[in-house]
Amino acid sequence: MSSKLAKIEKRTAYLLILPSVFLVFSIILFPIFSNIWISFKNVELKDLRIPEPRAKKLVKSINDNLNQIKVIYKLRNSSLTQEITNVKFKDKYSDNIEPISLNNKCQFKSNLLKCELGNWPKKYRENLEIVFKSTNNQEISKKELKSYKPKLSGKSQNILLTYEFTLNNFKKVIKDKAFIDLLSTTFYYTFFGTIGAIVFGILAAQMVNQKFFGRTFMRSVLLFPYVAPVVALAYTWELLLDPTSGTLNNLLINYQIIDGPINLLGQKYVTLNILGFDVKLRLALTTVIIFEIWRYFPLAFLFILARLQAVPKELYEAADVDGANPIQKFLNITLPQILAVISILFMIRFIWNFNKFEDIFLLTGGASGTRTLPINVYQQGFSIGDIGMGSAVSIVIVVFLLIFMFIYFKLLGKRADEN
Amino acid sequence: MKIKNIFTYCFISSLFLFSLICIWKILVTLQGIELINFNFNKLFTFGIVLCTINLLIGKKFNLNIKIILLALLFSIFDYFISTNLPIWYSFGIFLISLFFFNNIKNYDKNFLSKNHSSQKLFFNFLTLFGITLFSFVILFPFYMMLVTSFKTQALLLLNPLDFSINFAQGLPELFKSYFIVFKDYNFGRYMLTSTIVSLGTVIITLIFAIPAAYAVARLNFFGKNFLSTSILIIYLFPAIVLVIPLYTIFSQLGLRNSIEGLLIVYTATTLPVAIYMLQGYFKSIPKELEEAGIIDGQNWLGIIFKIILPLSLPAISSVALYVFMIAWNEFLFSLMFLDRPNTFTLSRAIQFLNVGAETPRQYLMAGSVVVTLPILIIFVYFEKYLVSGLTAGSVKG
Repeated sequence: MSSKLAKIEKRTAYLLILPSVFLVFSIILFPIFSNIWISFKNVELKDLRIPEPRAKKLVKSINDNLNQIKVIYKLRNSSLTQEITNVKFKDKYSDNIEPISLNNKCQFKSNLLKCELGNWPKKYRENLEIVFKSTNNQEISKKELKSYKPKLSGKSQNILLTYEFTLNNFKKVIKDKAFIDLLSTTFYYTFFGTIGAIVFGILAAQMVNQKFFGRTFMRSVLLFPYVAPVVALAYTWELLLDPTSGTLNNLLINYQIIDGPINLLGQKYVTLNILGFDVKLRLALTTVIIFEIWRYFPLAFLFILARLQAVPKELYEAADVDGANPIQKFLNITLPQILAVISILFMIRFIWNFNKFEDIFLLTGGASGTRTLPINVYQQGFSIGDIGMGSAVSIVIVVFLLIFMFIYFKLLGKRADEN
Repeated sequence: MKIKNIFTYCFISSLFLFSLICIWKILVTLQGIELINFNFNKLFTFGIVLCTINLLIGKKFNLNIKIILLALLFSIFDYFISTNLPIWYSFGIFLISLFFFNNIKNYDKNFLSKNHSSQKLFFNFLTLFGITLFSFVILFPFYMMLVTSFKTQALLLLNPLDFSINFAQGLPELFKSYFIVFKDYNFGRYMLTSTIVSLGTVIITLIFAIPAAYAVARLNFFGKNFLSTSILIIYLFPAIVLVIPLYTIFSQLGLRNSIEGLLIVYTATTLPVAIYMLQGYFKSIPKELEEAGIIDGQNWLGIIFKIILPLSLPAISSVALYVFMIAWNEFLFSLMFLDRPNTFTLSRAIQFLNVGAETPRQYLMAGSVVVTLPILIIFVYFEKYLVSGLTAGSVKG
């Protein structure tokens, strides 16, 4: 009895999860695996269009002879790069007409014209002309003939499904002189973006954890940058930072803080003089990181605030009795309490910032030293049009991702053990 | 000890007053009023003087009269050192200094002789200062977005610092950018597409996720643990590694430039988090209720519809709002999949506006307001649900 129940339970469970598993498998897991496949192939954007045999039908009358009519099919191979094999042609005709003569490729049977057109090389063009006559001596309606559309089919090699593989994509990715620069930019962006977001998150959470007028409103406001669409925010920032008519530059010039406008998003390096040393700072990258911090510190804030509110009040009261000052309270009570949250947060944000695409793409498009790995995927795949290269770069991302995930789950497991 | 405390008190509070005044002055400058210096030296010194006076007076007479007097003194001083400024500017200064002196009214000699008083002071001001600064930094871009949409390109290029809105020109003239964005740039259509896509994603995701989450939370089956861990792992894979294969597959299947294609991808990418969030909540529902349902002869469909769903409405609303937000804000897939204007979503349309021709910036900003406002209104209105959704789902972002 119970085993029967268990069986029913099992069957129900599979029934319930199957749609989700199927969808996630086909849209997320399958693409990740096909990424590996594509990365070993030499595919370009223009190869993705499947070659199609096409025909344009023209109907012409012949020298006032109303009982006869000429049909011309303009045939062509839509692809400029690939051959189509075994092309078959099919067209329907109205009753009471038949062709006068046919070449050996075609047949006419029960109002159907069928042709075997063989193999078409790339860029192939041909005209097929057939003259029809009426069998019952009535006028042939051109309109009716035109209303039927010919159907063509053919086999073409789908470049994605061949078994030709190459290592060239990976060789190109790794041998590229800019690869080291690409990696260092990505890590620089990821690391400082993450750290910055967490630091500001802690500050904001500490503030909002105190009682003041308008506290709930403040909490909503702090989440605005995360909730609002990135497109709108990125373009607003772009206008704000614009060197000629942007608000920020004009304000700074107005207060005589800087002499001339600074192109914060378009300048790769800026030389700063700190204590007599010239320090080269990557300006555009720093600006992008500041945007990143601005947009994602709310998340860190939310996490840390939730944890802070769970810290028992007695701890602070005890510290007050002991005469601890605010800094000691923060370092010895608050920080240890939120440390676990921070480490988890750091890993998650690190993984996500590592893959962040939209923010940089919308702000700089990857120019002036802000090209990270995800931006490179887009540029290789869609700007240059080399799908294989783009895939290879995303495989590099996946490899890093797997390493980060391994560390993250180790950390998570360790934390679970401690609890 | 005492001297040090008094010194830090004067220094920090005057600095805080000055920074508040600075933010006010920046806002005033942005109304097109010429104001080229902050008068740091004079205002800071006078601030220190007033703070010392406040300390000396202490609680000797009515605190309200004291703060009004001090604030008046400060604003009159500011009025004399700055020239040609409108009266509302000085009134603003008066209100800010009133707020400031109200905050420090309780400090007197006794307070400063207590332990750690200088640190406490410092942190009090840091909180106040932090709140003002954070609000300013966060709200400023939103303010700029809104104001720019009410101005014209010519005026903005003439004086980029003049954000004042001319209300005298009448409403049709004021909202001109919005009319143009909806009429000439077809934003009504894009908005409809975005709404359909987002709502569609929410509905389909819930239809898929609720049964799956129920199975993971309640039923026993082979591979359950594997499934629940892989949900999290799958969730961590970003869109950028899916985009090339999906692009190639969708081009060959002819699913690009279609709302259906977008719906499939959005649903698949939000499903893991929806299942993850819902199963956590389902687990917290007492099992006895379902057992009672089984005794009453309900099958699993009845249990889900009659017992689980009514009980977990808050969790479902959080998931729905979170998924709606993700779908509404999504950019990468809509950039990749849509290149015909008749299928654009709002995000894609704004990007198209910016890249395409030299679009005047007030139209760009009007478009940005159109895409931002609905989501912010939903957020503020349903904050409780969305915040819990964000906390649970914020491993992604």
